[in-house]
Amino acid sequence: MASPESTINGPTKADSKSLRNAFGGVIAFIILVLIGVLAFSIRLFSVIKYESVIHEFDPYFNYRVTQFLSKNGIYDFWNWFDDRTWYPLGRVIGGTVYPGLTLTAGTIWKVVNSLNIPLSVETVCVFTAPIFSAFASWAAYLLTKEVKGPGAGLTAAALLAMVPSYISRSVAGSYDNEAVAIFALVFTFYLYIKTLNTGSLFYATLNALAYFYMVCSWGGYTFIINLIPMHVLLCIVTGRYSSRLYIAYAPLVVLGTLLAALVPVVGFNAVLTSEHFASFLVFIIIHVVALAYYIKGILSPKMFKVAVTLVVSVGLAVCCAVIAILIAVVASSPTKGWSGRSLTLLDPTYASKYIPIIASVSEHQPPTWPSYFMDINVLAFLVPAGIIACFMPLSDSSSFVILYIVTSVYFSGVMVRLMLVLAPAACILSGIALSEAFNVLTRSIKFQLPGIAGNSTVASEESGSSSVVAPSDVSKTEKTEEVAKEKPVKKNRKKEKENVEKKPTPSKTERRLLVLPLEASVIAVLLLVLLGAFYVVHCVWAAAEAYSAPSIVLTSQSNDGGLHVFDDFREAYSWLSHNTDVDDKVASWWDYGYQTTAMANRTVLVDNNTWNNTHIATVGTAMSSPEKQAWEIFHSLDVKYVLVVFGGLVGYPSDDINKFLWMVRIGGGEFPHIKEPDYLRDGQYRIDAQATPTMLNCLMYKLSYFRFVETDGKGFDRVRRTEIGKKHFKLTHFEEVFTTHHWMVRIYKLKPPRNRIRGKTKKSKSSRSVSSKRDVKGKRNPWH
Amino acid sequence: MAKLAIFFTLTLSLLPFLSHSFSPDTPTDRRILVLLDDFSLKSSHSIFFTSLKSRGFDLDFKLADDPKLALQRYGQYLYDGLILFAPSVERFGGALDVAAVLDFVDSGHDLIVAADTSASDLIKSVATECGVDFDEDPSAMVIDHQGYAVSDVDGDHTLIAADELIRSDVILGKTKIEAPVLFKGIAHSLNAANTLALKVLSGSPSAYSANPSAKLSSPPSLTGSAISLVSVVQARNNARIMISGSLDLFSNRYMKSSVQKAGIPSKYEKSGNEQFVTEVSKWLFHERGHLKAGNLRHLKVGETGEPAMYRIKDDLEFYVDIFEWSGNSWEPYVADDVQVQFYMMSPYVLKTLSTDKKGLYHTSFKVPDVYGVFQFKVEYQKLGYTSLSLSKQIPVRPFRHNEYERFIPTAFPYYGASFTTMAGFFIFSVVYLYNK
Repeated sequence: MASPESTINGPTKADSKSLRNAFGGVIAFIILVLIGVLAFSIRLFSVIKYESVIHEFDPYFNYRVTQFLSKNGIYDFWNWFDDRTWYPLGRVIGGTVYPGLTLTAGTIWKVVNSLNIPLSVETVCVFTAPIFSAFASWAAYLLTKEVKGPGAGLTAAALLAMVPSYISRSVAGSYDNEAVAIFALVFTFYLYIKTLNTGSLFYATLNALAYFYMVCSWGGYTFIINLIPMHVLLCIVTGRYSSRLYIAYAPLVVLGTLLAALVPVVGFNAVLTSEHFASFLVFIIIHVVALAYYIKGILSPKMFKVAVTLVVSVGLAVCCAVIAILIAVVASSPTKGWSGRSLTLLDPTYASKYIPIIASVSEHQPPTWPSYFMDINVLAFLVPAGIIACFMPLSDSSSFVILYIVTSVYFSGVMVRLMLVLAPAACILSGIALSEAFNVLTRSIKFQLPGIAGNSTVASEESGSSSVVAPSDVSKTEKTEEVAKEKPVKKNRKKEKENVEKKPTPSKTERRLLVLPLEASVIAVLLLVLLGAFYVVHCVWAAAEAYSAPSIVLTSQSNDGGLHVFDDFREAYSWLSHNTDVDDKVASWWDYGYQTTAMANRTVLVDNNTWNNTHIATVGTAMSSPEKQAWEIFHSLDVKYVLVVFGGLVGYPSDDINKFLWMVRIGGGEFPHIKEPDYLRDGQYRIDAQATPTMLNCLMYKLSYFRFVETDGKGFDRVRRTEIGKKHFKLTHFEEVFTTHHWMVRIYKLKPPRNRIRGKTKKSKSSRSVSSKRDVKGKRNPWH
Repeated sequence: MAKLAIFFTLTLSLLPFLSHSFSPDTPTDRRILVLLDDFSLKSSHSIFFTSLKSRGFDLDFKLADDPKLALQRYGQYLYDGLILFAPSVERFGGALDVAAVLDFVDSGHDLIVAADTSASDLIKSVATECGVDFDEDPSAMVIDHQGYAVSDVDGDHTLIAADELIRSDVILGKTKIEAPVLFKGIAHSLNAANTLALKVLSGSPSAYSANPSAKLSSPPSLTGSAISLVSVVQARNNARIMISGSLDLFSNRYMKSSVQKAGIPSKYEKSGNEQFVTEVSKWLFHERGHLKAGNLRHLKVGETGEPAMYRIKDDLEFYVDIFEWSGNSWEPYVADDVQVQFYMMSPYVLKTLSTDKKGLYHTSFKVPDVYGVFQFKVEYQKLGYTSLSLSKQIPVRPFRHNEYERFIPTAFPYYGASFTTMAGFFIFSVVYLYNK
């Protein structure tokens, strides 16, 4: 937080204008470099506290893809058909992956290696996210500078460099699409604003390219292609149409759509799905408006009125026709042309109603209130001030920022994951708010300090003309007053009129009005600094404690203060890679698919790219079925090993038993003989003695709790905080082959089919199973 | 590199086990342990034993309760086959028990079990484990008032002249067994769902299982052709098991005696027992009906060498070698019903293979227009033959980006339209900008 203060104070201390500008430029540059260093280094906690390792689930897939890219080149990557996942369907990686991140890291790796710096692919992948968060901070600087000048820009950049929400997705090792996508998002917005402010076709082209990079990087590009049309529409409606707006928008739609269609994963979706229709509609509207303005220019006012009626009627007819066609096209598709995730955005209850697979992902759940405080901290209080600051004066660019924050707040309220989109907007607005507040407060202080009273007037005037402050000084003064109202720290709003302004303009009186009492200003500055300090402390804490865990390695603090490390996942994966055949298939819930392929190099049935609901439902059905039916499902899919994650021994809450209801729901969605109520006792999910027999006999229960009673004699589950319901049982169709040190991962092998088929006499128990085997098979196995 | 080394050491260390456990090169058994109730059986069933010896088997006769009985030593099996001619034994001697016998079978060895009216629980439980259920009534015998042998002296029609034989040249040999087979013993049944077990000799429709000396108080549980007199089981690992309800079936006395079935005028000088027993034992000890398949290979038409991956709509050729064991050498197996599946969750292609009569089977087909991880699957299950189950995984990929057609003829109007638009726009710009 040292940086924003020096930004504000730095330039004002210089005497002559040019020298001051030069000095300010140098300082701003140094500050930007420092912000970059800060953004990079605050994300290294994970490497320091743990190790240089890829985190979580999706990053492992990206890492594997990057490895493939660096080994086989871009064409093979483009055409990569991966036969080690989604067995036996396989997955066309090149056509289903957003290649931006992979290509970026691959390029970095190639450049670095061609410079004879022998970095491994993994190292490059681990540090891609921190590097790009530095870039994102700089992009935020540029964007905010376009909106409210460099002071606000630097503040916003500093805030973004350490906003916890963004840190959570971009710590070293979190090698995920969002890492580069946030940079691309902010940079695209910057170029849009830049084009809007300059009206330069050059920037418009750059903007399309930046948009292309964003499309390459993340599915969230639809946010851009909807937000910018919204803004254009807003500008048109508020009568702010200009040729700059046209230049900013029209090339983006044309070039951007063409470029987006080049990305294999988007392809024809760029013109076929509803997510993109808004941009085309606005594209039509802007042309109609442009035509209207052109005609207005060449016609006399009288003629124009006639023309207006004509154009409006024709335009309305055309619009109606287009809308009718659109509705017809959209209505003909079953999901109304919207993908499931996008529908979730518009109707938050959609996913939980219809698509359990989307609802089952925790990051697709709506956030809780504390998570706002956790993720953006004091920014949540500064944002309203920033919005007000943006309203005075309301320029094209500031209205865009307002629109950005409003939409992203809505989206973040729908999905936790989109908090990430909110974070840059919050930082930009908070940066504006803080910068404006400091601007006002420091000026008030300067006016009243006896030592520099003579200078102060000059300074204030110059601050108006210098680039530090946005074009209209007059309106800004009003706005800062509004800002002051918002601040809880500024209780004293008594107006000082002692200082006399030299300028005989209307702004003089108003400027006098905004000068705050010295004490109040000093206290306000101190409080603001304190607020910033809180923010820094929180961010550093969040970076160090909350968001740096790689989740592949877990730690816990023991009672005597020692650190206990749970490295069970890697233990299990390396067991698999050393003890099983290369072509063996491993079944697990889809969460562990990416890790299994990347770390154990074994074929999996389903993974985190949840593109085939039926296949996932099959695995869910197998997990919720009794042993024999599960064995048959797995056997028909050539599965050799089954992997379950079990936290009951050490109290690891996100284990398979806790995810089990989702397996039941997803499985039951495709195979109706799996019914959720069968697993619930009076609507309650329990695994103790009160649990239903279906629950106690399903494969997931058995594989999780097999031999569990041997650990403590009672079978006390430390996650569910209860004793398990069925303690002593044997497995008939599976055999335990490996259990990790803390029992977190358990691997079972499918027994081969029985060599002989037993007769029925004497062993009545076995005879029942033999006789029932046949008729059950036809019904329960979804593949037959 | 390290992986390769591990693999090699693993293979090398496994090699001795692999070569000893079941040698695919000579599947015929050599060393056979015969367990007897008492040594008098050795002479009373000598024809059967001599026929085995003359075919090159090493017979090792032991009493079933011999305390030094052992099937394996130092983890290796001492025998390739086991004949249990000890129906009344309650406990085996030495280290042998039911589990040991079943392990012996599960490791690919063959077994003959002969029961009797005096069959013990031990023998019955061995049979049950193999999928054969003997009648639970310990005093019951198979009675057939229609199909009894005329020479039946007791008059209770328990000596049966059975002629309901399985129709399989593989199991019973090419020469038809003309004479009925004499049988006196207990009945067993097979579970209909048991695909591994076969009735070789089944009861006639008029047979039933009951105590011949007692009056029937309730309908017999086993009747008609549900009764199996002699069954064979081929386990999933191709170990073969023969279970007979009668030990006398193998005896010299039955083999030599003449037979006439009641109600049928034709009388045979010699019963069918000898031929039946010899032929079934030939099948049982893998002298017949043993197939080996291997060398599954495939290639793209016009190319040599096996590709690691196919593209959709590729034309490919598929080869597999199948040989049959003739008793002393591998002969080409000739059949017209071997099929290959191109399988991904369900068969996308099912083709019958053609053979060159030298053991090589071949077909060619087009890869379906579906990508995924396919398998070439040869699943060959034919009555009496060892079941073949081979598969080889092969991924099928979609077109590469540059394998599509570059220009589509039907789209030429669109190409033309876009180029004329571009040209028109260019001309318009020039005219508009420079023509004032």
